[in-house]
Amino acid sequence: MNNLLIWPVAVPLLSALLALLWPRRSTWIGVLGTALSLLAVVLVSRQVIESGAIELALGGWSPGLGIALRADGLSVLMLLMSTLVSMAVAVYASVYFSRSERRSEFWVLWLLLITALHALFLSGDLFNLYVTLELLGLSAVVLACLGGSRESLQAALNYLVLGLLGSMAFLIGVALIYAGYGTLDMAALAVAIESGPTAWLALSLMTGGLLIKSALFPLHFWLPPAHSNAPAPVSAVLSALVVKAALYLILRLWLALFDEVVTQTAALILGLLGGIAVLWGSWAALQAERLKLMAAYSTVAQVGYLFLFLPLLAALPEGTTRDVALGALVLLALTHGFAKSAFFLAAGVIMQRAGHDRIAELGGTARALPVTAFTLALAGVALIGLPPSGSFLAKWQLLSSVFITGQWIWLPVIAIGTLLAGAYTFRLLGYAFAPGEGVGPSLSVGREEIPAVLLALVATLVLGFWASAVWELVPISAYAGGEG
Amino acid sequence: MAMSVWLPVGILLSSLIPGVLIFFQPEERHRLRTWLNLLGAVIKLLLVGMLIWGVFHEQVFETRWTMAPGLEFVLHADALSVLFVSLSTLLWLVTTIYAVGYLEQTPHRSRFFGFFSLCVTATVGLALAGNLFTFVVFYELLTLATYPLIAHKGSPEALRGARIYLRYTLFGGLLLMIGAVWLHTLTGGVEFVEGGILQYANLDQSTLRWIFLLLIVGLGVKAALVPLHGWLPQAMVAPAPVSALLHAVAVVKAGAFGIVRVIYDVYGVEFAAELGVLTLLGAVAAITIIYGSLKALSQDHLKKRLAYSTVSQVSYIVLGTAIVGPLATIGGLVHLVHQGVMKITLFFAAGNYAEALGIHRVSEMDGVGRRMPGTTLAFTIGALGMIGIPPVAGFISKWYLGLGAVEAGAAAWVLPVLIASSLLNAAYFLPILYRAWFKSQSTPWPADKTAGCTRELPDALLWPPLTTAAMALLIGLLAAAPYSPLEWAELIAGREYRQ
Amino acid sequence: MTQALIYALTGAVLFMLGVRATLLRDALLPRLLALNVCGAGVFLIFVSLAYRGDSLPVDPVPHALVLTGLVVAISATALALALNRRLREMADE
Repeated sequence: MNNLLIWPVAVPLLSALLALLWPRRSTWIGVLGTALSLLAVVLVSRQVIESGAIELALGGWSPGLGIALRADGLSVLMLLMSTLVSMAVAVYASVYFSRSERRSEFWVLWLLLITALHALFLSGDLFNLYVTLELLGLSAVVLACLGGSRESLQAALNYLVLGLLGSMAFLIGVALIYAGYGTLDMAALAVAIESGPTAWLALSLMTGGLLIKSALFPLHFWLPPAHSNAPAPVSAVLSALVVKAALYLILRLWLALFDEVVTQTAALILGLLGGIAVLWGSWAALQAERLKLMAAYSTVAQVGYLFLFLPLLAALPEGTTRDVALGALVLLALTHGFAKSAFFLAAGVIMQRAGHDRIAELGGTARALPVTAFTLALAGVALIGLPPSGSFLAKWQLLSSVFITGQWIWLPVIAIGTLLAGAYTFRLLGYAFAPGEGVGPSLSVGREEIPAVLLALVATLVLGFWASAVWELVPISAYAGGEG
Repeated sequence: MAMSVWLPVGILLSSLIPGVLIFFQPEERHRLRTWLNLLGAVIKLLLVGMLIWGVFHEQVFETRWTMAPGLEFVLHADALSVLFVSLSTLLWLVTTIYAVGYLEQTPHRSRFFGFFSLCVTATVGLALAGNLFTFVVFYELLTLATYPLIAHKGSPEALRGARIYLRYTLFGGLLLMIGAVWLHTLTGGVEFVEGGILQYANLDQSTLRWIFLLLIVGLGVKAALVPLHGWLPQAMVAPAPVSALLHAVAVVKAGAFGIVRVIYDVYGVEFAAELGVLTLLGAVAAITIIYGSLKALSQDHLKKRLAYSTVSQVSYIVLGTAIVGPLATIGGLVHLVHQGVMKITLFFAAGNYAEALGIHRVSEMDGVGRRMPGTTLAFTIGALGMIGIPPVAGFISKWYLGLGAVEAGAAAWVLPVLIASSLLNAAYFLPILYRAWFKSQSTPWPADKTAGCTRELPDALLWPPLTTAAMALLIGLLAAAPYSPLEWAELIAGREYRQ
Repeated sequence: MTQALIYALTGAVLFMLGVRATLLRDALLPRLLALNVCGAGVFLIFVSLAYRGDSLPVDPVPHALVLTGLVVAISATALALALNRRLREMADE
């Protein structure tokens, strides 16, 4: 049954080919392909939940020479997030792009992006990771410039160049690993890698490359223009999923492969950068005049939160408390994925209706688009970390880790970050719920409003009340160094 | 067995489900909306009746749901929860009827009643929270549910008031959460147990003092302890039913209830006294009582005067909690109910004055008693109760607080505070009553909307204040009857001091 | 110092030169060229890794990796050039 692992990658890839060959039906192929990918991911997840981590040697070549696909708890969680988010975004995009000339281009690239994401989450081989990372980056760049405006092209180009630089750094790390250990299979490396100059240099280069892609302060500057100028469905997946892919790799590297190499100081440095990102990103979001720019800066801040976990994880002894903190990190990433995609889709609805997304002119949104205003409110709750969202639980555990490790410096960061998030969310809601005519007259609930509200509900209710599943899945590891 | 698990959930759902359904109702379907509201309120009342009976007979009602490792969502009904649940359920029903009458023909009613129900759900959740984690969850939810109610009118002042409210409560919620997580990390879980748990935990005392400070400041924001009270007068811009609910049941009470919970069921009142934190809290409560009364004295705006009166009166609850001894406990707890019933009466009446005659200021109230006798009667009973004149309920609270102070040997500073505050209460309420009953109308009413009507006001506006005024009288007169708030407070005090 | 090591070090130097120019230059074309210099450096390192001593055959894996990497680098460069051209056209309009 391990052949199942091929489907989350093969289905979107084949659909992309079909969409390319049959552009007139691209919308159908796109939505259906996304739905089938969702099904494939669900099947894989069920298998992992029932019988633990699974591995597939592609073409029957055993790892070492061949390439392995592996699914464990962490990859399944990331896969589920990405496929559920992309399903909702696909439904939205089918409306958003329904009259666009670029429809077929969008769907081909969209399916390629899903292919790349799924392959990345399933890859068990470092070089393969590089390839998926590039595929992801390239398809994301092209999607980001579908808006067609000068700003979006410029931003996409910058995104591309920096992304390539990141990949190069990653690749040189891969070379060093191969030189040092003679293999690129991650399971073998998890056992083999020991602390030493080669491992150190490789880890630094790979992490450095991934930091660009995950937009950690001060390497975040490319993100706000790229994410805020892309078409709404694209912004949604860029912020919710593509950034998370780089973060997922950092987790894999730091916790499974290089767990012997990572030092407290290195983790502390990343934590500090994360802390600055939380404060700076939230502050910039508060100053933003446009809704999508605000959302993009909020992503910078949320990425910062995720990095706050690294010094805590490095300080916690292996065992239950560390697993709890790791689960919280994953839960925070998942909640942000759902909430931010909901946020961007809602912003897209408003933009299409009002023709702009200037926050100060959003008066009347709650009256004209009640469902969308509600979505913004729900997503905002998850971004602040208020109950009953998943991020509330994650923040609780984050604070708990702070108290356990005694790393008090993060306490003011988390506190101020939370208050700033509250400030920018309620600033927006204040405008949206104020009376006004900014968004035009009231119409019936549009089909395009539904996916966003569902995503927001997942972030605020499902991930709040059924979050235990995350902590059950995370310890299922395919790697001996083990996250668990 | 199933009953004991489902009853707390049912009590939550009985307002949550109508609330969610109401959001989806078109504006014009007000009849359906009213039925949904009333149906929910009546079902809740019935369920709470079952709960009261069960808790009195020491049955256990508990629901548990694991949300994360070590974090359990627990609904648990003990005697203290029942006190607060019954208060909120009963007053919700009355306020709903009042709100239906008050908001007739105004826009966005579906949104209003939706959040109104969510607000009550959060309050009841607070009452039933079985551990500190669940309490924090509902405490934050309450903030979220009340913000749209305060901002409801959408005017710049309303938005400003809501923004100030949010600034205070998000800050308070954050401190509460930090304190709760810290305590949770030290103890591995903070269940509410009658008599407290920390005295057995053998933890560092200065850490516990810091945590106490975090928790109390977090809760003190909603309880409007000076100097954290700044949001309350600003929140007065909300529609009258919201102010009524905010002051009597939901927000302010949630803070006071939280302080009671933390002191009795987390720290344990005797252990808290040992830590020396209660003296400070008592002092803050005393300052709040006097300061609130003094500020009330100088307010001409009626609702603002009532708001500062709330600041002062809610701290009676805190004061009763800060004095060690069953009698003071009874005084504080019973005031939780008494203040609610009396204050809601006053706010209903204030809303009626504004609605019928456009009266917003005390100086406009000359002779209003003759024009609106029913409303003014209710207002009078509420005001006399606040001053502490027997047989209205407020007297009972002050009596027990005084007795408790004597019992605990704190008479030297508590009695002067009580006497001064009662005098101040009289000083800011009696002139209103004098104007309303004995002065004759000197200026035309600011906006006479009921001119030519045979009746003072529609039933939905007149009966709620009369009902709650009658309740305030009855729970004072029948304080010794079984199941009265006083009896119930004695039951709780008995259980808290059992160990 | 072995020959392979010299190649590898040269690759590292090329990589660093490329990074420096990518980050410091403003115009796209120089940045793109710099990125390709970077790539050349990385590939040179890979190729030098394949050497396992005179008596052993070279390791085929790094070669395969370099081939893949080249394909990726070329497509990315092409994409960047295409985008740049589109931008130029927009500027002309």
